[in-house]
Amino acid sequence: MSDAYIFDAIRTPRSKGKRDGTLNEIKPVNLVTTLLDALQSRLDLDTSKVDDMVLGCVSPVKEQGAVLPKVALQKAGWDERVAGAQVNRFCASGLDTVNTAAARVASGWDDLIVAGGFESMSRVPMGSDGGPFSEDPETVLATHFVPQGIGADLIATLEGFTREDVDRVAVQSQQKAAAARDAGWFDNAVVPVRDENGLTVLERDDFIRPDADMATLAGLRPSFEAMGAFGYDAVALAKYPDVERIHHVHTPGNSSGIVDGAALVLVGNGQTGRDLGLEPRARIVSTAVIATEPTIMLSGPGPAARKALDRAGLSAEDMDLIEINEAFSSVVLRLQRELNVPDEKLNVVGGAIAMGHPLGATGACLVSTVVDELARRNARRALICMCVGGGMGIATIIERV
Amino acid sequence: MSEYHYDKDADGIVTITMDAEGKSANTMTLAWLDATFEWLDRLDAEDGLTGVVIASAKKTFFAGGDLDFILNSSQPADAMFDYVERNKAPLRRLEQLKAPVVAAINGAALGGGYEICLACHHRIVVNHKGALTGLPEATLGLLPGAGGIVRLTAKLGLEAALPLLAQGKQLRPTDALAAGLVEAVVDTQDELIPAAKAWIKANPNAHAQPWDKKGFRYPGGDADAPNVRLAAAMAPTMLYSKTRGLMPAPERVIDIAVNSMRMGFDSALRAESRGLVSLLDTPECKAAISTFFFGMQAIKSGRIRPDGPASPVKTVGVLGAGMMGAGIAWAQAYRGINTVLKDVRLEGAERGKAHSAGLADKRIKKGRLTDERKQGLLNLITPTDQDSALDGADLIIEAVFEDIKLKESVIAETFGRLAPDGIYASNTSSLPISVLAGFCPEPERFIGLHFFSPVDRMKIVEIICGDKTSDDTLRKAYDYVAQIGYTPIVVNDSRGFFTSRVFATYLDEGLQLMQDGVSPAAIERAGWLAGMPVGPLAVHDEVSMELTRKAFETHLELDRRLGENSAFGRHNTATQAIGHRMVDLGRRGRKDRAGFYDYHDDGSKTLWRELSQFKGDPLDVPMADAIDRLLYRQAIETLRCLDEGVLNTKTEADIGSIFAIGFPPHTGGALQFVYGKGRDAFVARAAQLAERYGDRFTVPTGGIDKLFNDKAA
Repeated sequence: MSDAYIFDAIRTPRSKGKRDGTLNEIKPVNLVTTLLDALQSRLDLDTSKVDDMVLGCVSPVKEQGAVLPKVALQKAGWDERVAGAQVNRFCASGLDTVNTAAARVASGWDDLIVAGGFESMSRVPMGSDGGPFSEDPETVLATHFVPQGIGADLIATLEGFTREDVDRVAVQSQQKAAAARDAGWFDNAVVPVRDENGLTVLERDDFIRPDADMATLAGLRPSFEAMGAFGYDAVALAKYPDVERIHHVHTPGNSSGIVDGAALVLVGNGQTGRDLGLEPRARIVSTAVIATEPTIMLSGPGPAARKALDRAGLSAEDMDLIEINEAFSSVVLRLQRELNVPDEKLNVVGGAIAMGHPLGATGACLVSTVVDELARRNARRALICMCVGGGMGIATIIERV
Repeated sequence: MSEYHYDKDADGIVTITMDAEGKSANTMTLAWLDATFEWLDRLDAEDGLTGVVIASAKKTFFAGGDLDFILNSSQPADAMFDYVERNKAPLRRLEQLKAPVVAAINGAALGGGYEICLACHHRIVVNHKGALTGLPEATLGLLPGAGGIVRLTAKLGLEAALPLLAQGKQLRPTDALAAGLVEAVVDTQDELIPAAKAWIKANPNAHAQPWDKKGFRYPGGDADAPNVRLAAAMAPTMLYSKTRGLMPAPERVIDIAVNSMRMGFDSALRAESRGLVSLLDTPECKAAISTFFFGMQAIKSGRIRPDGPASPVKTVGVLGAGMMGAGIAWAQAYRGINTVLKDVRLEGAERGKAHSAGLADKRIKKGRLTDERKQGLLNLITPTDQDSALDGADLIIEAVFEDIKLKESVIAETFGRLAPDGIYASNTSSLPISVLAGFCPEPERFIGLHFFSPVDRMKIVEIICGDKTSDDTLRKAYDYVAQIGYTPIVVNDSRGFFTSRVFATYLDEGLQLMQDGVSPAAIERAGWLAGMPVGPLAVHDEVSMELTRKAFETHLELDRRLGENSAFGRHNTATQAIGHRMVDLGRRGRKDRAGFYDYHDDGSKTLWRELSQFKGDPLDVPMADAIDRLLYRQAIETLRCLDEGVLNTKTEADIGSIFAIGFPPHTGGALQFVYGKGRDAFVARAAQLAERYGDRFTVPTGGIDKLFNDKAA
């Protein structure tokens, strides 16, 4: 077994994933080539030593389709021996590529792998791929499918989280993210996106709303109430008979933002790092995937985190930082309750509510967040976990070296 | 063999007139199939064929599939698949003939009949109200297996086709034209064939279906159009929120309609056949055909009506203008019956009449009634406070307060007002008819007519024969119920008759679950998942716990009066423990805005938080048990009614349980539910429930013997 190290973790800034977002004019493939260029140049990387690049993408169709990662490598002029592939494990895709890269490196069968993900939600909207999950009637009925937001509201209902509770998570996310960005804490990881003339299109995250407060958030309408009334509440409640009704507390303000963005993580063994003069920034300690009850869909992070902790022989208290992807506020609060996480360790620089959730890339974004934040704090261990479609959960523990 | 007539005219148009030998209607029998292949061969060989008209020699166009065969066939899946494929094969040939084919629809073309029409290139229907078109298969637990799903989806597009298919809508000619089920309507039968031929002459080359043409696009969008994808995504969930996963047929229909767009036409036709085969052997299909087709047919055909001449009523007196009396007045006036609505005070009677005005206004708003018709029916209701206004009534229905002393005096005072051959009825929901009959001089002319609330929507009447009620009286009561367009079931006298007895067990079992520690939300969910229209707690609030308590007290009083021990509701121990206590707490139900629910100013309601006080030793009841307890309680009480002779037939039990008390329709009714499970499985499960939860689940041997041995109709 080799150790699997993170040599670098970078990302694009994130911007609103709609027609009026700043990155809307950037092709998905160019989000990736931007980062490939940056990774190569900042590490002076001999790309011929890279075995493979596997990137997450949740809607890998149309201009995100046809194995975009391999095409991006060619377009970026990387060595033609580097292979490429795309994976989809819903929201966990980006982190899953990091975990499997670590496993391949640890096994000794590969030396150096680029992991990460990309998602231009403004150009290839969520759900563009269709699929039996939500669009085959027989499957939808057999699996009691409901959209994730219904599950998020059900979690809030079951756990007794009020609208205020979930809005507070959002305000804190916005404030922490704004402060971190303005203090330059993201500057190491964030690679500005430029056009073909070298003109800057976007330098820093521009999705963050530092001025969001409880009053403005309270004015937003629940996102999933109508959908619930349409029939999805009935489907969910059939599985949760003790719940009288679902309280629809999630809004666009306290759920993850729809954004465009990409992220890369370079994972390799110690020997290759030394050969190429790469400085290990962190070691991947353990990883886990798991699946839980699929209708509520979002209760996977806790069990996944426990699985990763158990494998590493660690406890939640051994972690200096814990990142739970802010898919929905109730997911954050539930994980905090499950692992008994103190506020000062949880999502310390904000999360996807403030910065957005570019589906395929977010897991890799979170890696960049904790790698830089462990260094800045001179701290040791961090746990990343995420809720995932289909009831899955994923977790990664890293340790600064 | 003369299943059809084949006539070629001078213009080269062949008219195929379907005319099943020795039958009143054309159906998809094996004889039809052989005949169809035969005339298709003739058409193929026909020289100078310019067009084909498909017509019918019967009153209806074509009645559809052979339901008797479907209900009673127990062939393996491969044989049934071959059967379904064979049945639909000629239709594919028909639409690929080298000449235009027109359906000349002279009468109802439903199910298989309309599927024949869909395989034509043009459809013309005669404008009379019986000429319904549509694909009602899903309402019988089936799906249109002769190309109906695939063709209708291709013809109308997914969004337009789905509601027609999944809800099995049957449309009158003008509605069918608007919905696109037919292309033309003619006013008279005589115009039909000429119109069909005229269309052929005007469109000599219209012999390719849109879906057989190159570059075919679905109307309203192909499978990958955003609106179509959204419809595909939402349809199953919308359905589930109504059918709760209890109805396999509409689920299959939606799945096949959606997926038919994602594959080739002939592949889709095969997928449709597979789907139909998967439904044929389901208990839901057998239940729907038994109860909603054959059962309703049996009742409508008068099988339970004593023989004798029809005797329509002209004037009916209704005593008591409360909710029930006012509702009955509406039902009668709506069907053109003179109604004298009598209350102790004229204002009360007028309020009762105003109820009809209110109902009429609601229908006018929805465009289902005209002002003129409203005035006409209101003119038929005469409010009064005078008994003399009842003179000469063909029928008097007393709907006064459920108090035996009051009823005694009212019956005695008004019976003499009847026409010489008139009959007298009580709308009591639980007092013994034989006892009430004793209050009039001629108990043979006395009967129970138990209406349900709200009367305008609950279109069923439980007719209760007292021990002296004559056949003549029963026949008149039956005819009256038919005259107002309601479904009659006939039962014999007992405490609570059939419906109230069984309904009380549903209410009680909800409270038994509460005592066993099931959360109130889960009790209501169990009712929902079982398929009941309203949860046991919510519906108890609606009827009010005062009513259930009063029923107990009334029967105790009756027992004293008659020196009997009726043991009425002896199993309903939780109702006595909880329901009666709720009355003491001032929480009688919705009318107090407090019952098992709190009723809020915005019209919403939430379960009362303090119901946990009624929890006994928690038993950790699994949801599957909770659901079965609610259904088995009712089914077992129904078996008791059968055993005791309260019920005469299985069919009446099934129809009554569904339409009067909301027993889940997918089961086919309270006895079909038992039948569908099979004797051994039902008895075993009931024994399990009895062991875990109490002997109220003990199956009455006599009842189950009767059900399975006597083959009760």
